[in-house]
Amino acid sequence: MIGAFVIAFREVIEAGLIVGIVLAATRGIAGRGRWILLGILGGLAGAALVALFAEKISDAFEGAGQEILNASVLIVAVLMLIWHNTWMAKHGREMAGELRAAGEAVRTGQSTAAGLALVVGAAILREGAELVLFLYGLVASGTSGPDIQFGALAGVAVGAAMSSVSYFGLAAIPTRYVFSVTSALIILLAAGLAAQAAQFLTNAGLITVLDRPLWNTSAILREDSLVGRVLHALVGYTDRPSALQVIVYLGTILVMVGLMQWSSADKRRHLRTA
Amino acid sequence: MTAARRFLPLIALAAGLAAGAPARAEDLPVIKVEMKDGTITPNVIEVPANTRFKLEITNTGTSPVEFESVELKREKALAAGATSSIVFRTVDPGTYDVFDDFHPNSKATLVAK
Repeated sequence: MIGAFVIAFREVIEAGLIVGIVLAATRGIAGRGRWILLGILGGLAGAALVALFAEKISDAFEGAGQEILNASVLIVAVLMLIWHNTWMAKHGREMAGELRAAGEAVRTGQSTAAGLALVVGAAILREGAELVLFLYGLVASGTSGPDIQFGALAGVAVGAAMSSVSYFGLAAIPTRYVFSVTSALIILLAAGLAAQAAQFLTNAGLITVLDRPLWNTSAILREDSLVGRVLHALVGYTDRPSALQVIVYLGTILVMVGLMQWSSADKRRHLRTA
Repeated sequence: MTAARRFLPLIALAAGLAAGAPARAEDLPVIKVEMKDGTITPNVIEVPANTRFKLEITNTGTSPVEFESVELKREKALAAGATSSIVFRTVDPGTYDVFDDFHPNSKATLVAK
């Protein structure tokens, strides 16, 4: 029962933390609840489909189907996160305070909420497929005892509860700072996801360079420990990153910070000429 | 490595897509692994080092399993009765820990020679 609990818990929390950050980052955008809900439902449906066709997906592309699917999903999520942060650099202050009714922010806010709904969907699709396989196998096979099934379902519930704690923790930050914090979290999240995508492309054989590990910190913090997994989900922690992963990670951070600088400078120019 | 060689896999993929994906994977050495409710057979999985090979994993148990190796950065979840494979491009000679992520006490090693 404890085993089933831990497995379900950590699968939920990996996606749940991402949902929590996205929810905090879209605060103040009208109608974001609907978008995020759409992302969650889409992600769950996608996860069920991936679990159902797991064997077919694996066999596609000469056995690299799963890796290519994972990489594609991650790349879409990274692009949406980059877009969101660039947009926030321009409109964050309006969202945060007095100018909430500012026309442009309200209008384009819809599309960035839609973009983040895609991120939520992607996170749930990727982490959820394994959980669906696990839960469906436990509950449907009828071979496991009720205590194991209870453990698994309790794991899902506690994982979801912990994820909402992460959201309320972020939501408790004063409005003036909340977008700075979520922007920083989203930069690290995007960099981590981009590095994971790079590894999937390496595993698929599509990238064949820079695949040696640069360092090994598994003696300090194992990636498969609970803390390691949470840090993996949040900031892309990996105990043996390849050179490519490190380059992609740092490159993503540079690109995002650069775009955010450009975007907020662009806004200042507009204000001055207006 | 020249740029052309670097992009060869991409070109091959595009060509494979265009031609309806020929079954080149068939030529690979296939190593079979059986997973059953927390046991991994064989317990020492011997694979060829520095070459492409395919690990064909079958879940013969009644519960779902997930073949995983953190060191090799690979994982594959399998429903009861499912068979699926992981294609490895190249593995350095050495010993790697593998485990079933859905059965916390199961352990095996993968030895590349």
